[in-house]
Amino acid sequence: MQELFQQISQQMPIVFKALNEGFAQTLRLFFVTLAGALPLGLIISFGSMSKFGPIKWLTRMFVGLIRGTPLMIQLLIFFYFPGLVLGKNIWGSGETGRFTAAAISFIINYAAYFSEIYRGGIQGIPVGQEEAGLVLGMKPGQIFFKVKLLQMIKRIVPPISNEIITLVKDTSLARIIALQEIIWAGQAFMKGRSGISGAIWPLFFTGIYYLVWNGVLSWLLGRLEKKLDYFR
Amino acid sequence: MAILQVENIQKSFGQTKVLDGISFTMEKGDVLSMIGSSGSGKTTLLRCLNFLERPDGGRILMGDEVLFDAADRQTHKESEIRKKRLHFGLVFQNFNLFPQYTALENVMLARELLAKEQPDWKQNRRTIRKEIEEASVELLIQMGLKDRMGNYPHQLSGGQCQRVAIARALNLHPDILCFDEPTSALDPELTGEVLKVIRELAEHNTTMIIVTHEMSFARDVASKVIFMDEGKICEMGDPQEVFGNPQMERTKQFLANYAQQG
Repeated sequence: MQELFQQISQQMPIVFKALNEGFAQTLRLFFVTLAGALPLGLIISFGSMSKFGPIKWLTRMFVGLIRGTPLMIQLLIFFYFPGLVLGKNIWGSGETGRFTAAAISFIINYAAYFSEIYRGGIQGIPVGQEEAGLVLGMKPGQIFFKVKLLQMIKRIVPPISNEIITLVKDTSLARIIALQEIIWAGQAFMKGRSGISGAIWPLFFTGIYYLVWNGVLSWLLGRLEKKLDYFR
Repeated sequence: MAILQVENIQKSFGQTKVLDGISFTMEKGDVLSMIGSSGSGKTTLLRCLNFLERPDGGRILMGDEVLFDAADRQTHKESEIRKKRLHFGLVFQNFNLFPQYTALENVMLARELLAKEQPDWKQNRRTIRKEIEEASVELLIQMGLKDRMGNYPHQLSGGQCQRVAIARALNLHPDILCFDEPTSALDPELTGEVLKVIRELAEHNTTMIIVTHEMSFARDVASKVIFMDEGKICEMGDPQEVFGNPQMERTKQFLANYAQQG
């Protein structure tokens, strides 16, 4: 028993360096996905609320397709389709290529989910708000930004928070295309890396990274929710 | 010359004819009370005047400017309609205040946005904003809300909310201020404070159209009464005549029902 602990404490510096690198990649994917999907989702939600039928139905079909299939399939298809079918790997080689493919899959997938949350948030605002803006001579853009946007944000913070927490954990799906995120980094010590093999404890430790990060996010999002409590 | 001229307004929702040939005129300083049972088209008429609904037929003239002509598509342009709306103010039954703004901000917002479109905004931003704030404060004081200016709508009573909404509409200086059942969402106790404000506006010769179920108020405040029934103007005239000596059978019946309840 003592031997095992001694072994682990020797392995620790190597393992944590690897896990930290993996987690950095996890965070990169997390932030890039949010930066892309939050605004893209808004554009898609406008599409699904469009008064022009074809745009509305095309957008809703697209959202249905993305939400109706596993993110893992989307990742695999996005990553392998260009190389296998079109005969050209558009993603570039190595980790950068894998990251680009993963980021684009994640952005599209999460934008589809976000768009539905936005749509609910916008359509839930009483029609009287828009009418009040109109009779006060406001332009549609002014009504959206000055009247509706903050009310919408208040409504969508709780469901978006849920999605964000899920996203933290979903980034591990990118493991399927061998993106070197934290699960990949932890698993490597089972197979053998830097002279360590057959070690499962690094994988356990990856869970702590997720827990801590989700804890920080929950706290921040909770504060945002509180901040918006000043109106009803 | 009439400030407002409404000619033969028609409006249907699907198969239902909601307005069937509404015509009337108003002079500056007129207070027009519109009464009638629910579903008689009063609210739809107000919404047509404020361009929240587009009439299927008829014309709306302000002075000699044609604001709307169902037969002339030129008058249907959204960008033009936005400016024409400013001839009218509308106070809603449910206030429709903006919840994320204080009472004062609610009153200031639209006027500030309009000022931003003016060419002199960039140069005199500070002074213009200050002017708008002063005017808005003034209006809220006039509404008896001096101590409530920094409150958010959910911190105000219904009567206070409605008075904020009135100040918000007045701040754009509409030619005609329209009220859509302004006290219907209020407790009886809070009705009085809103009616008092509207009375004061009438005393200051504010031109108004008031849709209401408060019969004695409609009678007192109005210079002219319209009784609507099934999308038509059933009876129109001086309040003493319409209330005291109604000519139409339907008007008599309607007023008798109210007298019984009251």
